[in-house]
This record gives sequence, C-alpha cells and structure tokens, in this order.
Amino acid sequence: MAWLVAIFQTLLFIALAPLLSGWIKRVKCRLQNRKAPSLFQPYRDLRKLYRKRPIMPYPASWIFRAAPYIVFASTVLAAATVPLVAIHLPTARIADVIVLVGFFALGRTFLVLAGMDIGTAFGGMGSSREMTISSLAEPAMLMAVFTLAMSAHTTNLSQAVSFVLDSGLVLRPSFVFAMGGLILVTIAETGRIPVDNPATHLELTMIHEAMILEYSGRWLALIEWASQIKLMLYGVLIANIFFPWGIAQTFTPDALGFGLAMIALKLAVLAVVLAFSEVLFAKMRIFRVQEYLSFAYLLSVLGLLSHIILEAVR
Amino acid sequence: MAFSGLSLYSQAVLLLAGLIALTSFLMLGQSRLVRLVLVFALQGILLAATTAMVAGALDFPHLYVSAGLSFLLKGILIPVMLHRLIHRLGLHRELDTIRHPARVMMGGAFLMVFSYYVSLPVVAHSPLVTLNAIAVSLAVVLLGMLLMITRRQAVAHVVGFMSIENGLFFAAVVSTYGMPMVVELGVAADVLVAAVVFGVFFFQIRESIDSLDVDRLSKLSETDRT
Repeated sequence: MAWLVAIFQTLLFIALAPLLSGWIKRVKCRLQNRKAPSLFQPYRDLRKLYRKRPIMPYPASWIFRAAPYIVFASTVLAAATVPLVAIHLPTARIADVIVLVGFFALGRTFLVLAGMDIGTAFGGMGSSREMTISSLAEPAMLMAVFTLAMSAHTTNLSQAVSFVLDSGLVLRPSFVFAMGGLILVTIAETGRIPVDNPATHLELTMIHEAMILEYSGRWLALIEWASQIKLMLYGVLIANIFFPWGIAQTFTPDALGFGLAMIALKLAVLAVVLAFSEVLFAKMRIFRVQEYLSFAYLLSVLGLLSHIILEAVR
Repeated sequence: MAFSGLSLYSQAVLLLAGLIALTSFLMLGQSRLVRLVLVFALQGILLAATTAMVAGALDFPHLYVSAGLSFLLKGILIPVMLHRLIHRLGLHRELDTIRHPARVMMGGAFLMVFSYYVSLPVVAHSPLVTLNAIAVSLAVVLLGMLLMITRRQAVAHVVGFMSIENGLFFAAVVSTYGMPMVVELGVAADVLVAAVVFGVFFFQIRESIDSLDVDRLSKLSETDRT
C-alpha cells in the first residue's frame, strides 16, 4: 500500500509539473496585462514536441543522445524522494536530502556535458555559465538544508517534515533565514527571472537555453518536462518543509485527498509570489549573479549561526 | 529546555533579533545610499517592535514608551532627516561601491561568530532566555563598525554610527529589559543632536574638499590641485 502511494505520488509529480508552469505563466500574463494562454498549454507544447522527430547534430556523440533520458530519469528519482502529499513513504526512507542534491547534480552534469558535446559556441558558453551558477548555488542550498537538519536532527526529509509538524507553531529564526536562502537558490537553479529567463533566446544572457539549443523533438520535450518537474520540486520543498500543515500522515483516502488539496493550494500561492517577483524585478547582469548567490549563501550561514546562537538549548 | 518550549513572546523576540542581524548585513551589502537609509529605518522599526514585544512579555509598561520613542526617532525621524540630507547634497544617484562585497560579507559572518564566542560566558550565567540575543546585539555593534570601515561616503559612516547605537540599545533591552528612562531619553537626545551636527558637518566637508568621499580627507595639501 505504502509503495503504491509512493509510486502514485511520483506519477502525480510528473503529471502536474506542466500544470504548475502553465499556472505561473498565466498569472504572469495577467499581471502584465497580456492575454493569458490556456492552463494546459504546456501539455500541448510537450505533445507537439513528442510527435516530432529529434535531429542529431553531426558532431554529437552518445552523450547527446543519452543526456535527455538521464536528465529526466534523475529528476524523476529526485521527485520520488520528496514528500508531496504524504510523509512516511518508503521512498523517503531510502534517500535523504543529500541524495536529492546529488540527483540534481547528476542531471545537471549530463546536461552540461551535452551542451559541450555538440561543439557549438553557445553550448559551451551555456555550460560554463550553468556550472558557475550551480557551483555557487549548491553550497548555499546545502547550508540551508543543514540548518533544517540541525533543528530536526535528521537529514531525512520525511522525518524533518514530521518534526516541523509535531512542534506546531514555533517561530524559529533559523527557519526564516533558511527559507530565504532556499528561495534565492530556487530562483537561481530553476533559471527564473533575475538570474536567467527561460522564455527567451537572448544570446547575451541565456544559460539554460544555450545548453539545449540543439535539441529538438522528443529529446527537447524530455528536457523541458524535466525542468518543469525541477521547478515544482523546489516549490514543494519550500512549501512542505516550512509550511507542512495539511500533509497526510496516514494513507487513508481522506487524508491523502486533503494533503493533495493543501499542496495544490500552497503551490498556487507560491507560484503567484514567484510570478510577482518575476514581473517586478529586472533580469540582472550575468556578472552580478555571483553577488546574488553569495547573498543566498550568507542567508543560509546566518540561519546556521542563528540556530546556534539564538536557539541554544540550556 | 528546547527552543519550542519557550513562550511565543520569547520566540518572537529571538526571531526579531535574527531579523535585526539580517538588516545589519543588508546595510553592509547595500551600495546605494538611499536604500541604505531605508534599511536603517527598517532596523529601527524592528528594534521598536522588539522593545514592544519585551514590554508585552514582561508587563513593563515603561518599555512601551521607549518602544514608541525609538520607533519615532530611529524608524522615522532620523531616516527622514538623512534622506533629505542625501537629496540636498545630490547624493541620491551616487553609488558607494564596495570593493570586495563577498569578502566583507564573510567578514561580517566571522564577526557574528566572534561575538557569539565572546558572549558565551555571559549567557551561561544568567537565567534570562532572551539573553541569547546579546550575541546579536554585540554583532550589530561590530557590523556597524565594519560598515564604517569599509565605506568611503561620509553619510554611510553616519548610518554605521547610528546602527552601533541601535546595537547598544538592543543589548540594553534584551539583557536588562531597558535602561532607566533618564538614560534612555538622554541617549535619544544625543543621537538626534548627532544627526543634526552631522548634517552641518557634511556641508562643511563638502565645501572644503568638494565631495563627501572621506578618502580624500587623507590627502594633505594647502591648495586644491585636483
């Protein structure tokens, strides 16, 4: 039963990720006084891409062919370890947060390799930028995770969530900082606006798009889908770690349904916040990204410090 | 006793302490003077909120007065004065570039650890729960000093100086639950006078060296060679 729920939850992750990005796009359009596309437009885009034949660039090797599958698979595996509607799932027992970061790193490595594999200038440029950003974002994310781990005394996500649930309403200074750091890292890692803009092909600033410029058809669909799942993953991480209320603790249909409704609500609110920040802020220069990420790292370190200083047990 | 065992008031005081530390760091990284003053105002408001929270937690009515005073003075009056000063001096478009932002930030984090280490024996001998925040207040003082060291604009120095005063006030609130009213009023008046005097000084400095960049104060010359 538990395994069934776990598999169902992972499938839900995969199925709902395009819906979330469709929702973000819709809110953004409304905010910019544009006519919004349908909520299901991302699904249509993916279907259209699936029907097309992928084209292999002439100098590409097997890495180019394998990368979309590896990226998608690693993202799905990462999604399997994150509690979406219920905690105490068997998948959560196998892998903890550090494994989750490792899955992200695996997918990213292959994406970067594929970007360099085709030998175009854009691919290499995007890869180098992606590596720069991720090498700065990963310590910040790990620090934020460690802040959480120090409070909950575990790196296991499921146990950490249940710890937050059990302790009720506690105003932890360290959690505020860790959340700030994690949100900044989320924006950087999923390529949202102040760092990268996945909606355009502006060669001066593109990061994610530059790497996948040569992909087409099925492979492009897989990569796009993986990045949508990744965005949703980070959103679920923020929503469930810092606001875990409503998540199912037992596997009854009622609890699961309530958990699903709650996470949908939380993600919808989070998406509105994200859309607002994207509308209000301008994209920054690529050379200022390291400043931005060092601020994220600082927030995470402050979270760790304020856990030690302010939440000391005497 | 675990952190979740504390009363919600004490938790809120500690949370606000964390946010005050954050504003100090924000000031350290802010290169635009107008925003620097804005963050300083935010710090003053947080300070007032903390004082009000302590007053509510312990039922000390006189702390409400001090909270209101610091809100009016540090949250509104002095920032407004500094803001107008910046506009009158025409500095609101100027950037006060920080040479190594990441290094300054790491230095700030180090100062925070240092102040934790220093205040460890003080905290160990007291039953007060909110005394944990004394490390934060010491850190705010040291970060204010760091701000004064790393900046070249005189206005930024004044903001740093004022935030040092904020740190001291915060230390008084969390460790002894407020200074005597006389002392508090005196300090508040002093800060206000300092703000006015600084304003006069700025005009003097600008008249004599044609800028508020304090690096140019170290050049010794009778005539203006430019």
